[in-house]
Parts: sequence; C-alpha cells; structure tokens
Amino acid sequence: MNDAVFDVETKLGQPWKKPPFVQRAWLRWALLLGLIAYLIAAYMTIDVNWSRVYEGLERGKKFVLAFANPDFTTRSSDIWEGMLESILMTVASSVVGIIISIPVALGAARNVAPLPIYLICRGIIAISRALQEIIVAILLVAIFGFGPLAGFLTLSFATIGFLSKLLAEDIESMDKVQAEAIKASGARWTQWINYGVQPQVMPRLIGLSIYRIDINFRESAILGLVGAGGIGATLNTAFDRYEYDTAAAILLIIIVIVMALEYLSGVIRARVQ
Amino acid sequence: MPVREANNLKIWQRRSGRESLFHWVLWLIGIAIFAYCWQQISKSTTWFFVWDAPRIANDIWTRATPPKWEYITQLGKPIWDTLNIATLGTIIAVILAVPVAFLAAQNTTPSRFFIRPIALLIIVSTRSINSLIWALLLIAIIGPGVFAGVIAIAIRSIGFCAKLLYEAIEEIDQTQVEAITATGASRWQIMAYGIVPQIMPAFAGISVFRWDINIRESTVLGLVGAGGIGLQLSSSLNVLAWPQVSLILLVILAAVVISEWVSAKVRGAII
Repeated sequence: MNDAVFDVETKLGQPWKKPPFVQRAWLRWALLLGLIAYLIAAYMTIDVNWSRVYEGLERGKKFVLAFANPDFTTRSSDIWEGMLESILMTVASSVVGIIISIPVALGAARNVAPLPIYLICRGIIAISRALQEIIVAILLVAIFGFGPLAGFLTLSFATIGFLSKLLAEDIESMDKVQAEAIKASGARWTQWINYGVQPQVMPRLIGLSIYRIDINFRESAILGLVGAGGIGATLNTAFDRYEYDTAAAILLIIIVIVMALEYLSGVIRARVQ
Repeated sequence: MPVREANNLKIWQRRSGRESLFHWVLWLIGIAIFAYCWQQISKSTTWFFVWDAPRIANDIWTRATPPKWEYITQLGKPIWDTLNIATLGTIIAVILAVPVAFLAAQNTTPSRFFIRPIALLIIVSTRSINSLIWALLLIAIIGPGVFAGVIAIAIRSIGFCAKLLYEAIEEIDQTQVEAITATGASRWQIMAYGIVPQIMPAFAGISVFRWDINIRESTVLGLVGAGGIGLQLSSSLNVLAWPQVSLILLVILAAVVISEWVSAKVRGAII
C-alpha cells in the first residue's frame, strides 16, 4: 500500500488485487528467476541413484514397521549403558557449563564489565558459537582420547557460548533503577551483583539452563558417532548391523526423554517467569 | 520478611530458617548428583591420555599449521553440495511444514482431539532427533550421497519450522479473520486472505533462520557419508592429513559466518 499515490477515483470500479509480499517488482522477479535458475543448477549437479533409492524403499518400510515393534530387550544392557552415559554427560556438562557461563555472561554485558573484559568474553562466546559440537568433539577426541570426557568437555564448551550470549543480553536489558538503588545503599561490587542484578536475571537464567539441558541431551545422542561417549555409538552400531528394531527402540527412548524434558522445562519456565 | 534478633539488633535475612534449610537440602542433592556423574565419567576415562593432552594438542597444532591452501581447489564441488543440501532441504522442509503447522495450531486445526496430537507428534519426533541421526538412518535406507543429506535436513527441519509457524498462527489478530469471515468467504479464502498475510513475515523469517542453521548442520553431515564438505573432512581425518583438516575447518567456519550474516541481513530486511 502505497498511501501517497492512493487515489480513490482511479481505484473505483476496478477489482481489488492482493498486494504482493515483495513490494518492488524487479526484486520480486529477480528473486523468482534466481530461485528457478538455482533449482535447475542444483538439480543438474546432484546425482541421485534412483534405482538405489527405489531398492531402499523396501528397507525403509522395514524400518517404519520396526517402530511399531521396537526391540528393547536383546541389547538392553548396551542401550542402558549408553543412555546412562548420555545422561551423565548431559548433567555434568550442563552444571559445569552453567557455572562457567555466569561469569562469562557478566563479563560480556557492557553495563557490568569494562571494555577489555567485555571484548575477551565476547570473543569466547563467538568462538564457542561458531564451532559446531560435532567438530569440537572430533578435535577433543583426538586430544583426550575416546570416552565420555571428550563429550563432557564438548557439551560444556557449547553450553558456555549459548548461555552466556543469551544471559548477557538479558543483563544488558535489565532495569537499571533497582541496580542503582542497591548501589546507593553502599553495596560492594559483589553485593551489587548479588542483590541488584542477580534477582532480575534469575528467571531467565533458570529458563535458559533448563532449555540448554534439553539441547545437551539431544546433542549427547550424536557425540557417540565420533567416539565421544553416549548412546550414539550404540545407535551407530545398530544401524550398521541393520538391526532396525534396536535402532527404533533407541530412537523412541530419545524421543520420550526429550518430550519429558520439554514438558518439564515448560512447567518450570511457566513457574519462574 | 524474616528478621532475626541478636543483641537487640534486627538482622535482615533473605529467607526464613525453614526456607534456607530447604535450599541447603536441594543444593546438597544437586551436588551429590553432580559428584556421582563426575565419578562415573572419570571412571571411564583413561587419565593417562588426559595428562598427555597438552603435548598431543601441541603436536596436532604443529601438524595442522599452516593449512594446505592449494587443497581449496578440490573443495569447490563439496561446498556447492553443502549449499544444495541446506537449501533444497530447507525448501522441502518448509513446503511440508506449512500443512503440519496449520493442522497443529489451535485456531486452524480441523480436529483438536484427533489431528492436532498427530501433528504435534510429527513436530516433536522430527525435532528431537538430530540431523546426523536422520542422515545415518537414511544412508542405511537409500544409500550414501547428497540425496540422503537433503532428505535428512528436510525431515529434521520440519519440526522446527512447523513449531515456530504454528506458534505464529496462534498469535494472529483474530479480528482480521473475522472481517474476512463476515464477507462470506469460504474456509480456504479465510486462510488465504485472513491468515496467510499475517504470518507471511514470520514464515519468511523462519525459513531464512532455518536455512542458516541448516548450512551449519550440512557441513558435518558428510561425517556419516551424506555428502557435502564433511565427506572431505572425514576422509582427511582418516588419513591424518591435518593440514587439509585445518583448511576444511577454516572453510566451514567461513561458511557459517557468511550464512549467519546473510540470514541476519535478510531477516532485518523482512521484519
């Protein structure tokens, strides 16, 4: 709606046309043409082995059927061990990650920290966010050897970037008045943080932490693929051996735990906020 | 407000005695759980390797620097594949997510007790399984290659896009829908003229946001054989060609930064 040139007289008697989503006509056509050209180029360069895909449909059907009849028992000890390891990694890394990310978040908030500390902490956050979990896990497995320690470190590292960034944003947008009131009563810096800043960001911190626990559990399920411990290794083996019923059982357990965590986090977040 | 009296002085406390006891018990339980977790992790760790880690890290660093720059000529096709996996996967996901979102939203779902739970189940199950696991599964079914990657990314993104989209649908302004209904519009016309224009910006924003995440995820899909630059990464890792690994990691980092920048720009232009 071009209000400036909207003229009732010229519009009268003409049928109404839906205004397009992209206003500028040339941009709209350029986007459309670009999309078509891209799709053609992409389609030409991807070589899909359709006969192999067709053959695979049979196996796909088997897998879908396996979901209706998952096998929890044959490999129950492996599944149980992997799951326990995933949960251990999730809990430990979330605790360590949250503890470390609180000072980093304070340092990355411009209204709390001086400029040099701010830059250092923002740097830490940027590095941690740019590297994906799985790549960090590969490097840490190469350095620390196989096992849950590498996974634990990976998840802690990823937690720092996620939590610090969002928490720092919350600290920066806090209500200054309360913090100033505490300062005016002659509080030390630590007291100022404890009574002026912390109560304001606590609900957000709890909500984010629980959300991050949820993410950490999901991520811990794949770290096993590169040898960093957890259920991923068991899952990978199940796929490699075409034991779809076991794989389906593992996936179902993951989905149920994630759903439970999501429900729990919804309840807790609703209570604290 | 709990106040304790000592030597005729009133001392303010944040919590009453019972509350603070409760807090202490909670903390105790939390610390005990953490200690147990840590003990289990440390039990299954070979500590010799950990103490040796600084030397190993240093060793890897000296092997990996400088990156083998001339290897970049062989990375053109993998990067293009990665881009395709992310983009085509996002397009397919968005197309599939729209009906799921309409079925899941409280105000547009045809049946609240039958279809909505199914749509929500689709959203939760596709969202809670990582794209690497989907890729693993699809490779077992349809064989390794770019196609498996595209489908893996698509399936994984459905839940994410549909969740955000149905939340946007639930938050629309109902008066506009009522106005369209009052003109005697059919069910589909209400959707096209009352709901779609309201969620269009959210829809575009979600697509671009997901595309950005998908670029990130598709760079590592190759680790399990689903095409893209991850394939080069895993083969370089397997032959311990660290200079190539460091170059690939730099390329991935650049791709992630560029896609994040593009997505931020586009979202800024839309909203």
